[in-house]
Amino acid sequence: MEFKELLLQKIKDCLPGFEFTPAEYLGELTLSFNKKNIVKVCQLLKADPELSFNLCEDITAIDCARRTDRYTVVYHIFSMNNKFRLRLKCNVDEGDCSIDSVSSVWKTADWEERETYDMYGIHFNNHPDLRRMYMPEDFEYYPLRKDFPLMGIPGSFPLPKK
Amino acid sequence: MDKLTKEDVHPKIIEALLGADSNITVEDALENEMILNMGPQHPATHGVLRLLLRLDGETIIACVPELGYLHRGYEKMAENMTYYEFIPHTDRLDYLAPLSNNVAWVLAVEKLAGIEVPPRAQYIRMMICELSRIASHLVAIGALAMDVGALTVLLWTFREREKILDIWDILCGARFTTTYTRIGGVANDIQPEALAKVKWFLDQFDNNLSECEQLLNRNKIFIDRLEDVGIVSAKDAVDLGLTGPTLRGSGVEYDLRRAAPYLFYNEMDFKVITYPEGDCLARYFVRVDECRESAKIVRQILSKIPQGEVRANSPKKVLPNKTEIYSKMEELIHDFMIVNFGINPPEGEIYSAIENPKGELGFYIVSKGEGHPWKCKIRSPSFVNCQGLPLMIKGHMVSDVVAIVGSIDPVMGEADK
Repeated sequence: MEFKELLLQKIKDCLPGFEFTPAEYLGELTLSFNKKNIVKVCQLLKADPELSFNLCEDITAIDCARRTDRYTVVYHIFSMNNKFRLRLKCNVDEGDCSIDSVSSVWKTADWEERETYDMYGIHFNNHPDLRRMYMPEDFEYYPLRKDFPLMGIPGSFPLPKK
Repeated sequence: MDKLTKEDVHPKIIEALLGADSNITVEDALENEMILNMGPQHPATHGVLRLLLRLDGETIIACVPELGYLHRGYEKMAENMTYYEFIPHTDRLDYLAPLSNNVAWVLAVEKLAGIEVPPRAQYIRMMICELSRIASHLVAIGALAMDVGALTVLLWTFREREKILDIWDILCGARFTTTYTRIGGVANDIQPEALAKVKWFLDQFDNNLSECEQLLNRNKIFIDRLEDVGIVSAKDAVDLGLTGPTLRGSGVEYDLRRAAPYLFYNEMDFKVITYPEGDCLARYFVRVDECRESAKIVRQILSKIPQGEVRANSPKKVLPNKTEIYSKMEELIHDFMIVNFGINPPEGEIYSAIENPKGELGFYIVSKGEGHPWKCKIRSPSFVNCQGLPLMIKGHMVSDVVAIVGSIDPVMGEADK
């Protein structure tokens, strides 16, 4: 509990004017904020010696199927020293389907962002090598979007000619 | 074998492999540099992992792993089935330790739905987790030894693993696709024969593992092939997000059983094994020592395991017993509702992770109060660990690739989901 207050205080002190919404559910803390701040916040969380969120566990997105802010990009980060897991959430609109890459902060983010791009089509700015992770490079759809049918789209999957 | 042509490799992959400055192509091997395609069908890559290697002579100067040859879309499928229906699918993630995956999934769902599980079921879960860790590590050790030329060890470790699979056979009637856990408990209580077999296994396991070790630990060929190969520093390992034995082989003491205890691990006495070297040999030693620690935990569980129920009594979320379904109206209704419409956890999201044999297996589930998850993300350890391959492989020989892939022990079933 103490660490949680320290964390929130630290973010308020180090990033004046930064707006975020903390929420707690079943003992897990979530911070939601505007996507333009993501790299700044991640750099602070990793570099600060007291917080030291050095392990980026997971990056993914949710297709919320809303009219505005359709996607939410979700980051799970863990502080090994404090044994604390934090969730960060940023909304991404369908019109401007992009968010800044945090692969400069954690190297893990490289593949995890590629996977998110592959599955949801969210573009990660400044990513060193944004390719598809699982699907073939010339596949035109993004399978985990809610408008992609469960059975797939016939003929969408290019098969080898040989 | 057919020559690799330009059509086989997508231009973007070539760009990742070569960088912008190089002018070599797939077709013409220049005097020194060439591109070697390894996999997806290759006996030493432990599944359908494809590696594209850029070679200078026999030295690797760049490596690009390609995943997705076993992509089955489990995350999409999970969004379209109830929480119960997804349990059999978790068997197919890390198919060398299916019971651990079962446990990871039900722990996540129970956290989301707020179900209290009886202690006997939790102890049984802990026991099967540790036994499957031993089984998985035995495969890893045997396959690593085989990859570097010591075939006998594979047969000996598989003999030990076979005994654990026999225990699964008694416990849940299947050797691989176990589907043993249920939300709120386990499928059936552990049989006395299975417990007796676990005891018998533990009694002879230590000696048999030592026998395997004697074949390897002072074997000059084995050590020469693994020592100082594929080194990852502790800082790089954390930065790359490696977990499990791969991380602990780099000297980072991080184990979710200690860092974020689940089940009753905080009551258990065991050491988190670390080796500081960070090479393939260190990762091998971590696995061998972890097998011993797991055996120690199972012994403690056998002495502590309480009597009692193995499934929670919470009729709206946990499947009732079959005898009650056939004799009582209320249970019949609940069974019908759970099977057809699911357990409807309250709206919310959770991330729950356990320490699998390969590393941290996490499930991120978003519920909108419906019978099936709105979103289910599988954080699989093999996927993230594979990301360390380019760093480990760079600067080594082609023959070392086999040892390095064997030492991080990826299972493509969970790396590709």
